[in-house]
Amino acid sequence: MRTEFGRNPQLNRNGELHHLLSIEGLPRAIIERILDTADGFIASASREVKNVPLLRGRSVFNLFFENSTRTRTTFEIAARRLSADVFNLDIARSSAAKGESLLDTINNLTAMQADMFIVRHAAGGAPHLIARHVAPHVHVINAGDGRHAHPTQGLLDMYTIRHYKRDFSSLTVAIVGDILHSRVARSDMHALAALGVPEIRAVGPLTLLPEGLDTMGVRVFTKLDEGIRGADVIIMLRLQNERMRGALLPSAQEYFRNYGLTPERLQLAKPDAIVMHPGPMNRGVEIDSRVADGTQSVILPQVTFGIAVRMAALSIAASSQRMQ
Amino acid sequence: MKLAIRGGRLVDPASGHDAAADLFIADGRIAGIGGAPEGFVAEREIDARDLVVAPGLVDLCARMREPGAEGALKREMRAALAGGVTGIVCPPDTDPPLDEPGLVRMLRQRSREAAGARLYPLGALTAGLGGEVLAEIETLAEAGCVAFMQTRSLPHDNGVLLQILRYARTFDLAVWLRPVEDTLASDGVAGAGAVAGRLGLPAVSPLAETVALHTIFEMQRATGARVHLCRLSSAAGVELLRAAKREGLPVTADVGVHHVHLTDFDIGDFDSDFRLDPPLRAQRDREAILAGLADGTIDAICSDHAPVAEEDKLLPFGEAAPGATALETLLPLVLKWGAEAKLPLGATLARITSAPARILNEPTGRLAVGAKADIAIFDPQAPWIVGRDELVSRGGSTPFTGYELVGRAMMTLVGGDLRFERKPGSASTPR
Repeated sequence: MRTEFGRNPQLNRNGELHHLLSIEGLPRAIIERILDTADGFIASASREVKNVPLLRGRSVFNLFFENSTRTRTTFEIAARRLSADVFNLDIARSSAAKGESLLDTINNLTAMQADMFIVRHAAGGAPHLIARHVAPHVHVINAGDGRHAHPTQGLLDMYTIRHYKRDFSSLTVAIVGDILHSRVARSDMHALAALGVPEIRAVGPLTLLPEGLDTMGVRVFTKLDEGIRGADVIIMLRLQNERMRGALLPSAQEYFRNYGLTPERLQLAKPDAIVMHPGPMNRGVEIDSRVADGTQSVILPQVTFGIAVRMAALSIAASSQRMQ
Repeated sequence: MKLAIRGGRLVDPASGHDAAADLFIADGRIAGIGGAPEGFVAEREIDARDLVVAPGLVDLCARMREPGAEGALKREMRAALAGGVTGIVCPPDTDPPLDEPGLVRMLRQRSREAAGARLYPLGALTAGLGGEVLAEIETLAEAGCVAFMQTRSLPHDNGVLLQILRYARTFDLAVWLRPVEDTLASDGVAGAGAVAGRLGLPAVSPLAETVALHTIFEMQRATGARVHLCRLSSAAGVELLRAAKREGLPVTADVGVHHVHLTDFDIGDFDSDFRLDPPLRAQRDREAILAGLADGTIDAICSDHAPVAEEDKLLPFGEAAPGATALETLLPLVLKWGAEAKLPLGATLARITSAPARILNEPTGRLAVGAKADIAIFDPQAPWIVGRDELVSRGGSTPFTGYELVGRAMMTLVGGDLRFERKPGSASTPR
């Protein structure tokens, strides 16, 4: 059975966050609540209170149909700090290999009393499909689907920006690199727009820019110097090696010459601009090591904030009432 | 069997007839319109008051999935009849592809046994549809293929396409092509534009269509071959076709009925029922298709019927099988289009009767004394809600699930044989 369409698939009838599938369509109040809640967890972390009992007795399943040890680990840490029982399923080697369908896998796990699925999948929309078919008490968290969305990364990016810049209403944010294939870029753009950032820029060669960015309220730049001029925040995207095999880009060297963020180029941005990266970085491809390790880089704090933001997202979704 | 169909509104798009009249059938053919022939004694009288009596629908693309899924043909034939469709063109993208005379003969035999709609098989243009080696198209024509098609896209090799068109011209056989340049469509699952960009779905650029059309038209100029273009989808494509027709190239074209009503925006949150091939495009493309239908640039509307198993749709959007069941929604969706375009009923029905018959060069899709009695009797006012339980077709996936549509076939005759009759109060009652 499928849920009716025409209403926000992540919210229940009370308007509470039930699934976290995409930042698109999330009310600003919910985004801010997640960021505020994460604040509380950061404070407790500094007091070294590692565990809060918000998800005690709940079963959280990490369903990674696409490998990512890093992201899976951050979700695992977040869920454990919330006192949940966490199960990691190696999908590639188990059910999917036996030909079991995605939804059969979900039904089986639901029968094992799963309360929450954290899903990463190579196909855009896979978490939506799962969310439409799970039992009403089960929550689905998107940990990255195809090129579509990576909402917790978007949220932790917003947390990072708020931490360093305080106010979104006068910022210029440049997202640089492979926008076309990036779920992070899409989530960031929706989040920045929802939080009222007046100038959102996408910077990259025309082969790596999707259509329709203007309809998302994004200004497109093909030259890095122009794209980062006067920026408060620069988000560098990871460039996958496979992009160099076709006709999208000729080589990593040429990419770095045109789009690599160097200390010289960084001077075009505001003096207090911060540099972010969702990781893992390709040093010397999209970012110069002197920038990655420099004073304006906030790449490592991003990782720390990521745990708290994921704790916040998981606990808020889990506290919502059943989906009707 | 002698039949008298009395009191219906007789609509014949080919002649422009639209008035209440009785219709008489004898020996599988229409024996009289208005008045009965001398000495005619009906064995059965059909009361068609408040109903429309029209030529049976001729669908330029409906997949029966045979050979391949054995038993599917019988079922989908019944779906056709339940939709008022009496003529079905089935593309050769079967398993194996329809590239041998033996397969064609087998398919026609099964079709006769199924006693459903008339079958007009399209032969594969190239062996195994591989796009490399020309199939025995003259022999296939002899075996009953009405035309020849390359199903997914143009052959990769332009040299092959040129020879195909020359060879087909030799025997004056029509070539049906999907105007898709494969190297520009690659792994795309959604029409290029804001929606695909936002959802991060791999996109098919309209360039895949326009580059293919330029290639086709240029080769038509060189060869004079007759080409029918299947499933036009983009505004730029419609414009190119309009210019080609103005120039006088021997070209016709159809559009799938979903593209008349839907756009990429309807995909919503990755709803796999909207995964179609060609992909849904933007509103401006839909408007161009509507304009192309209005001025005759696009000749016909087809169902592009593709029964897809439920489990093949319960997948993430890009992994789901493309296609939708549409034989039973074709009539009401075309009626809806006609009403929105403020067209008379005859002009509306022309797109699914006389126009496709003309493309096939077959004497069907019309109501005339002496013509084969392929007839759809439908209730133009009947509302119904589309749903799996309402459909005969085994493929229950359609973008219109839950929609209320208006207009439904009540009786369908093929060669004067009453092969479908909807029982009052029941959803769908195949014989």
